[in-house]
Amino acid sequence: MGRVVAKPEVCIGCRLCEIWCSVAHSRSRNIIKTFLYEEKKPFPRVTVEEKLPLTFAIQCRHCAEPDCVAACIGGALFKDPASGRVVHDREKCVGCYSCVLTCPYGSIVVDPKRREVFKCDLCAGLDELYCVSHCPNEALVYVPEE
Amino acid sequence: MYSYLLPEFTVKRLEDRCIRCRVCERQCANQVHEYDGELDRLFTTEEACVGCQRCVVLCPTNALHVQPRTADYRPNCSWTRDKLQNLKKQAETGGVVLTGSGNDRPYRIYWDHLVLNASQVTNPSIDPLREPMELKTFLGKKPDTLQVTYDNDGLPRLESGLHPNVPISTPLVFSAMSLGAISYPAYKSLATAAREFGTLFNTGEGGLPAHMREEFGVSAIVQCASGRFGVDPEYLNSARIIEIKIGQGAKPGIGGHLPGEKVSADIARTRMIPQGTDALSPAPQHDIYSIEDLSMLIYALKETTNYEKPVSVKIAAVHNVAAIASGIVRAGADIVAIDGIRGGTGAAPLATRDNVGIPMELALAAVDKRLRDEGIRHKCSILAAGGIRCSTDAIKAIALGADAVYIGTAALVAMGCTLCHKCYTGKCNWGICTQNPYLTKRLNPEIATRKLVNLLKSWSHEIQELLGGMGINAIESLRGNRDHLRGVGLEAWELDVLGVKGAGE
Repeated sequence: MGRVVAKPEVCIGCRLCEIWCSVAHSRSRNIIKTFLYEEKKPFPRVTVEEKLPLTFAIQCRHCAEPDCVAACIGGALFKDPASGRVVHDREKCVGCYSCVLTCPYGSIVVDPKRREVFKCDLCAGLDELYCVSHCPNEALVYVPEE
Repeated sequence: MYSYLLPEFTVKRLEDRCIRCRVCERQCANQVHEYDGELDRLFTTEEACVGCQRCVVLCPTNALHVQPRTADYRPNCSWTRDKLQNLKKQAETGGVVLTGSGNDRPYRIYWDHLVLNASQVTNPSIDPLREPMELKTFLGKKPDTLQVTYDNDGLPRLESGLHPNVPISTPLVFSAMSLGAISYPAYKSLATAAREFGTLFNTGEGGLPAHMREEFGVSAIVQCASGRFGVDPEYLNSARIIEIKIGQGAKPGIGGHLPGEKVSADIARTRMIPQGTDALSPAPQHDIYSIEDLSMLIYALKETTNYEKPVSVKIAAVHNVAAIASGIVRAGADIVAIDGIRGGTGAAPLATRDNVGIPMELALAAVDKRLRDEGIRHKCSILAAGGIRCSTDAIKAIALGADAVYIGTAALVAMGCTLCHKCYTGKCNWGICTQNPYLTKRLNPEIATRKLVNLLKSWSHEIQELLGGMGINAIESLRGNRDHLRGVGLEAWELDVLGVKGAGE
């Protein structure tokens, strides 16, 4: 399994990756329905960092030795040996935010209302990486593991 | 002063589609869209909208429609909306009305009144997918005669000396757009695409950055214009062709002015001027007041480059263009570039852009005829520029006498430009005509290069198809071959200038 790499030199800061990430993780996967009609408001797992003119999108790096996994007290985060993904099991998560504190990239996002954490799952179960395929300027590219 | 100007565009937002993602707000350099967190809705400032369609294209739910407001005032064929708006603009500013891009006035577009021939029965058409179809073109002066001698073994030897010629794989060349006028990504995309496809791009008068010379010099036409920006022997020697810019179709008789805000460190270094200073190109070249003066510059450039590179002279198409072109060829130019009234610009006074010069089709036909009549057509190649919109415009230009055509606006449109005519504001939302680093990032050179190469590829294919239909297997056989053109809906004097017969004749 590889990772999604950002190209800040062509990132236009439109945040469409965030929008489409939300759609990818919605119930209907219909953009209008996701944002206007679904009850559970969508939460993007990719974040566009901004210090204008610099912008770039960042999401879980799926580290080889993830700090978040080491820090997880509930065993909710684990590195899937088969796919290489760092996976978050919502059932086991106790909401302690240890992962949030340890992630060096700030790539685990928190929904404070629901006290839930979210992270990139590389669009598991979908046939494309939504942030990559919807980036209008090809500023996000998927790089397979060497 | 309270402005009486009416908004030029209407921005419609379909509220049942808008998901408040705020992409439109972030993409608009003119700050037309603004999100209100309290009401969770977006407001629009229509006065600021230039109709570039960036927000429309980027909106993920197609919630936006931007349309021109055309009929605000009482309809009047004489006092049109444009005229009224410009009057109000001038009343409020006291300035010259500026614009960008090319002439949009309804002058007759002769391409749309010329039709091409095809083979039927008496001569066979050619299928370019099965048979060779040559688009290769050589730019430069051709010899007066070809003298061949045979040695003792009977092998031929060329006796006559040849002049430097530059081969291009297709008769399409990117026209002059300087680094400074356009962004670095746009400039680099043109250079990369030209190199990849085996044709040329033109640096304009903004120089060629030193780090690009080795890689892109082989595809570059470098300009030596009235401001002499970026000109040094290394620059001249790095290129394939040197072009002396006398005039530009969009603004004949006018110089250029790159505002200091656009002169960033890189641009300053390339142009060899202090950072942040205005780059002013005088209206004339101050060392050229006659054909003799022009000749001196042509030979100074040839001397500098060891007579290894063709020298082009670019002029705007004006009333006496044929006589001027003849003088240019006699002055020693290897290429004459003619830029017609519909040529583009980064900034020009509206009055000039819309009213000065003549259509390129007429100028081209007149120049080609004059040079033939004088027996000097072979001494130069003709590059036709200004308003070439599609492959058929290009092929018709070649049939009218051009060796190749310059494409500028078409290339910009391929990269994303929507002809909003606001190039001079430096706020191009497409990242093309701006130096703002937040905006220039929007043009990904990899994508833009791909699009430009595709443009050249598709036009070249279309030209091959049309040539095949005419039963011609090389673009050289079409050059100046006006028998393959017929006029439709033209008056006698127009047919006469164009040197083509009316349809059915």
